Amino acid sequence: MHDPKVFPSQAPAIPFAVPDTAGAPTESDPMARKVVITGLGATTPIGGDVPTMWKNALKGVSGAHTLEDDWVAKYELPVHFAARATTPALDVLSRVEAKRMDPSTQFAVVAAREAWADSGITEIDHDRLAVAFATGIGGVWTLLDAWDTLREKGPRRVLPMTVPMLMPNGPAAAVSLDLGARAGAHTPVSACASGTEAVHVGLDLIRAGKADVVVCGGAEAAIHPMPIAAFASMQALSRRNDDPEHASRPYDRDRDGFVMGEGAGALVLEAEEHALARGARIYAELAGTSVTADAYHITAPDPEGLGATRALKAAMFDGRIQPEDIVHVNAHATSTPVGDKPEYAALKAALGKHVDSVAVSATKSQMGHLLGASGAVEAVLTVMAIYDRKAPVTINLENQDPEIPLDVVTTARDLPAGSIAALSNSFGFGGHNAVIAVRSV
Amino acid sequence: MASNEEILAGLAEIVNEETGLATEAVEMDKSFTEDLDIDSISMMTIVVNAEEKFGVRIPDEEVKNLKTVGDAVGFIANAQA
Repeated sequence: MHDPKVFPSQAPAIPFAVPDTAGAPTESDPMARKVVITGLGATTPIGGDVPTMWKNALKGVSGAHTLEDDWVAKYELPVHFAARATTPALDVLSRVEAKRMDPSTQFAVVAAREAWADSGITEIDHDRLAVAFATGIGGVWTLLDAWDTLREKGPRRVLPMTVPMLMPNGPAAAVSLDLGARAGAHTPVSACASGTEAVHVGLDLIRAGKADVVVCGGAEAAIHPMPIAAFASMQALSRRNDDPEHASRPYDRDRDGFVMGEGAGALVLEAEEHALARGARIYAELAGTSVTADAYHITAPDPEGLGATRALKAAMFDGRIQPEDIVHVNAHATSTPVGDKPEYAALKAALGKHVDSVAVSATKSQMGHLLGASGAVEAVLTVMAIYDRKAPVTINLENQDPEIPLDVVTTARDLPAGSIAALSNSFGFGGHNAVIAVRSV
Repeated sequence: MASNEEILAGLAEIVNEETGLATEAVEMDKSFTEDLDIDSISMMTIVVNAEEKFGVRIPDEEVKNLKTVGDAVGFIANAQA
């Protein structure tokens, strides 16, 4: 096997040490449109809407609880807890509309409707409105329910809506249908980086002039015995069954895996001129984004965080942001023993000495890991941090891993006045790295 | 074996469950597509649920002939007979 870091045919000509601009445009485009964020939505294990989630994120609560479902004992699952969304989708959607949606799509529509209402957009050219809505796994409940039905009752009983409900583009399609978005409905899929990649796609669509407004986000509903068994089988999940509230503990010496979460996050991205023309409330600028791939291992992160470093640098370059402008990072920080450390290496490499003066929040400590939705929810939190100038709380950090000497926010902290910027990282199985950079307006 | 009234009431419940339409709106002379705005996917769901509820088999090629609620009630009554 060749050294995964070097492509033999290219090695003599192209040294592996890529320039800082890797993944970013090499020339600044003076005509590039500025993109702002004008609407936010979320349904999560720490709140069914953005105001509730944000209040809790600053307070520091745990959304993880013991699962009461009979399937936990029935299948003798090694993990007995997860972080469920606080608000059932049926509290927001009608029974009939929910019936035609997988739970992941239900969450997507709930979050997208909140973000849309929050944007205050009343009139829109629907041909210039796009959707970029991600999921990590897609309609796993629908898929496995249909398989059970087929085996128990035969093919006649498999519901006719099964295919549109299980397809991974279900959330994007449902949001497009709900809002009348006709400039394309995209579904970036990159495991736990999906939600962040959706924001990246949204920025590109507006910059490229393919849309003026994009509703982007991510949704996941995978608290089902099969994914729990599968993630547990690869030793990715915390087994702290006797103490679920303290199980998700990023950067803590005693972290032992992530906690499954569910929900959705959504953002309304808008070309600045479009937002200004209608006098919109602007939360922040989506200054830059980037996506890179490790090409190192299917699940393990590059131990030196090289792919993540390139993504961080490229997002900052894309947003014309210097390391000293960054005051806050919403870290990927899932609480797995192997995952948290390379992210620190990447932050250190990308931010240099400024890494010590950045307020780092690991919000998965509160709400668990929302997989394909996590990047979208964390994008919402990052925008709120810039807008409200407060960094949210990392809970359960009792003994900080000495190998990760980040300035971790454990009680809500004020961010400085003036022009500030923040980053949000997401990494996914497959070696996907996605970063967004948000700047105050 | 159910009476036509019982079949209509049962069918109305199935339609309500699938579409949210009030059970009173499901009348014998109503067209599934024209009057009740039921699309083909909902129609198939209704058919499969009706098969289970009334213990009959409604072949796929027969579904296109069930234009009104009355057609469906008649088919089910015949199939049960």
